[in-house]
Amino acid sequence: MGFRHKDIIALKDLTKEEIELLLDTADNLSEINQRDIKKVPTLRGKTVINLFYEASTRTRTSFEIAAKRLSADAVNITASTSSVVKGETLSDTAANILAMKPDIIVMRHSVSGAHEYLAKRVSCSVINAGDGAHEHPSQGLLDMLTMRQKFGKLAGLKVAIVGDITHSRVARSNIYGLTTMGAQVFLAGPPTMMPPGVERLGNVTVCKDMREAVDQADVVMMLRIQLERQGKTLLPSMREYSRYFGLNPAVLALAKKDAIVMHPGPINRGVELASSVADCDQSAILKQVENGVAVRMAMLYHVCGGEPVE
Amino acid sequence: MNLLIKGGRVIDPSQGIDETMDVLIADGVVLELGQGIAAPEGTQTIDASGLLVTPGLIDMHVHLRDPGLEYKEDIATGSRSAAAGGFTSVACMPNTSPVIDNKAVASYVVNKAKSEALVNVFPIGSITKGSKGDSLAEMGDLKEAGCVAVSDDGKPVCNSELMRRALEYAKGIGITVISHSEDLALVGEGVMNEGFVATELGLKGIPWAAENIAVAREVYLAEFAAAPVHIAHISTAGSARIIRNAKARGVKVTCETAPHYFTLTDDAVRGYNTNAKMNPPLRGESDVAAMKAGLADGTIDAIATDHAPHHPDEKDVEFNVALNGIVGLETSLSLSLKLVEEGVLDLKGLVSVMSCNPAKILGVDRGTLRVGAVGDVTVIDPAKEWQVEAAKLESKSKNSPFLGWKMKGKAVYTVVKGQVVYQA
Repeated sequence: MGFRHKDIIALKDLTKEEIELLLDTADNLSEINQRDIKKVPTLRGKTVINLFYEASTRTRTSFEIAAKRLSADAVNITASTSSVVKGETLSDTAANILAMKPDIIVMRHSVSGAHEYLAKRVSCSVINAGDGAHEHPSQGLLDMLTMRQKFGKLAGLKVAIVGDITHSRVARSNIYGLTTMGAQVFLAGPPTMMPPGVERLGNVTVCKDMREAVDQADVVMMLRIQLERQGKTLLPSMREYSRYFGLNPAVLALAKKDAIVMHPGPINRGVELASSVADCDQSAILKQVENGVAVRMAMLYHVCGGEPVE
Repeated sequence: MNLLIKGGRVIDPSQGIDETMDVLIADGVVLELGQGIAAPEGTQTIDASGLLVTPGLIDMHVHLRDPGLEYKEDIATGSRSAAAGGFTSVACMPNTSPVIDNKAVASYVVNKAKSEALVNVFPIGSITKGSKGDSLAEMGDLKEAGCVAVSDDGKPVCNSELMRRALEYAKGIGITVISHSEDLALVGEGVMNEGFVATELGLKGIPWAAENIAVAREVYLAEFAAAPVHIAHISTAGSARIIRNAKARGVKVTCETAPHYFTLTDDAVRGYNTNAKMNPPLRGESDVAAMKAGLADGTIDAIATDHAPHHPDEKDVEFNVALNGIVGLETSLSLSLKLVEEGVLDLKGLVSVMSCNPAKILGVDRGTLRVGAVGDVTVIDPAKEWQVEAAKLESKSKNSPFLGWKMKGKAVYTVVKGQVVYQA
C-alpha cells in the first residue's frame, strides 16, 4: 500500500499500517546514513522549507539533513515565536512561502493546531515538527523505531512515560502511536502536570507513583521539564521534582533487565535524569537522535508520494 | 399610523395572556387588546394567524462596537441584526473605544441610536473608570445620560472591596450592576474549557472553578451589601447551583445564559474552530444540561446573546490568538425556541426570559403588551424553517458557530413603537 496523506500532522490520524509503513521505510533508508556518500537522488528537484517559529536545533537540523540526504533542496526560515508579534499572520506567511512553490513545509509552531490551520490553506504538503502541546509526530515515530529495533515489535511492550504530560506534545504523539501499535502505556508525573481525561487518549494507565509505571517496563521514557516554565506554580522545586519523578539507578532497577531509557532531549542532567542513567548502557538517547534522520527521510519521502521501499 | 396585528396567539406573561386575539397599536403605544378589533381607517394590518405575538424581545447583552470598533459592527448594522433576530431592544456593553465610562460617550451612543438604530438601544456604562478596576465610574451621570446598567464587561472587578462599593453605590442611585464573573488567575493562559477535548487538542484549559468562584463572591457581596447583582453569561453547572441556592435564601441575584451555552459543548472546538472560541468557554454535557435545568426552574432569569462581532481577520488565525466571541442576535430566537420543543420551557417561560425578565432587570419600561405600554412587538412564525448563511446575516460580522445550521422558528415581523422595522 502507498501513503495517502498529503500532510503528516498527528499520529492520531494514522492507522497501524501507515505507521508500520513509515517505520519500515525508515529502517530501509537508515542504511543510507551508514554509507560513505550519504546521498540518494530520490527527492531531487523537490524543495523543502523548514519553517520554525520556535527555537529547535535538534529537530530542524535533523529535518534538514534528512531532506539533503534525499537530494531535496532544504531552506530554513526561523521566524519569531509568534506570527502576531511579527505583524504578519500565519496565513500571509503561508501565502508568501507558497508563492515560492515549495513541495513540503516542515513547521514548528508554539500554537496547538497551527499545522491543521496551515495545511488547510496550502496545496503543498505540511509536516508537523511540533505544535504547542498537541503533537510531535516525527519524535513519536523515531521513538517507536528505536523501540522496535531493540525489541523487534511494539505490540505488548510496556512503556512508561514520566514527567510533564500536560504540556508534552511528545507524550501525546507517543500515546497515540504506541497504543495504535498495541503497546501498553503507563503515565506518571506530578498531579499538576497530568491533564484531565488523559486515560481516554488511548489505552493508557495513569500511575500515582513513578515506580508503578516503571515496574517491569520495557521502555522508560523521561520527558523534559522546562525549568523556565514550570517553576512558578506547578512544582515546589526542581529538587523535589527530581526526588519523586527523576530517574535514578534505583528506580531504573525496577524495570525489566533489558529495558531502555529514552528522552526527547535536551536533557536536564540531575533533574529528570541522573547523569549516570543518561550515560548508561541502557540509554537509547543517542540512538533516538540517529533514528530521527531516518524517520524524517521516510516522512518526506512518503508525503511526496513515494512507493514503499523494498 | 396605526398598526393592527390580527388573529395571532398573543403570549404576554406580564398579564398572564396566552390566547388568540388582536393587538392594536396607535401612536406608538398599545391601544387595545381583544377579539375582532375593528381597524380604524388607514391602519396597517398584519395577519398573524398561525403566528405568535409577543412583547418585543430584549437582548440585554450585546456588543455594538460603536464607538471605536465600527469595522466589526456599528449601531446601525447591529440594530439591523437585532431587528432581524426579532429583538426590539438591545442593551449594549461599554467595552467600546473609548469605554462608555462617562456621560459624553453614553450620550454619543444614545444620540447615534436615535438617528440610526431600528430598535431601542440602551447603553450600559462601565462600573469602573476605563473598566480598569481601579475606581468607580460616574454612575449617576451615566444613568442620567441613559445607561440602564453598569458592567466592566469582559473583565471582572477583581478588587472585592471596590465591587462591594460598586454594589452599594449603584443600589443607591438605582442602576443595575452586571458582573462578568471570572477568576483571572485561574483562567491564566487558558483558551478553552479545561477537560478532555483540551487535553486532546493540546490547548490550555480554563477550569469551571474560575467562573464558580467569582460567581460565589458576587453572591456573597450582594448578600452582604443587601444590593442586587446580575451575573452575565453563566456557563457552568456550579454557577447555576450557587445562584439557585442564593435565590432560595433571598439574595437579590439574577443571571443570564446565552444560547450557545445550552446548545453546544466544547466538542465544537474540535478542528481548532475559532468560531467556537468564546469567554466563558463552551463547557461539557452536564453544564449544558444544567443551563436547561436552570432555565426550567427559574434560576436563570434571562437569555442574552453576548453578541460579539469580530472581523474575519480576527478569527481566521491560529486558535490561541483568535479573539473570543460570536455573533448571536439572529440565531438566538431559533435556538431558544428549541427549548420549547424539548419541553424545557413553555412559550410563556420563553417570553419571560427573552423579554419580561430582561426588562425588569434593566428597569426599562418594556417587556409587556399592557394597554398604554410602548408598542414593541415581535411576531414569530414558530414553524418557519431557514438556514443560517453568512451572506444573509445583517450583522457586519459573520463569526458564528451555527453557520450552515438548519433552524426552525423565526421572527417574521419586528415592531418598534408601532412601526414595522423588520419583515421576513
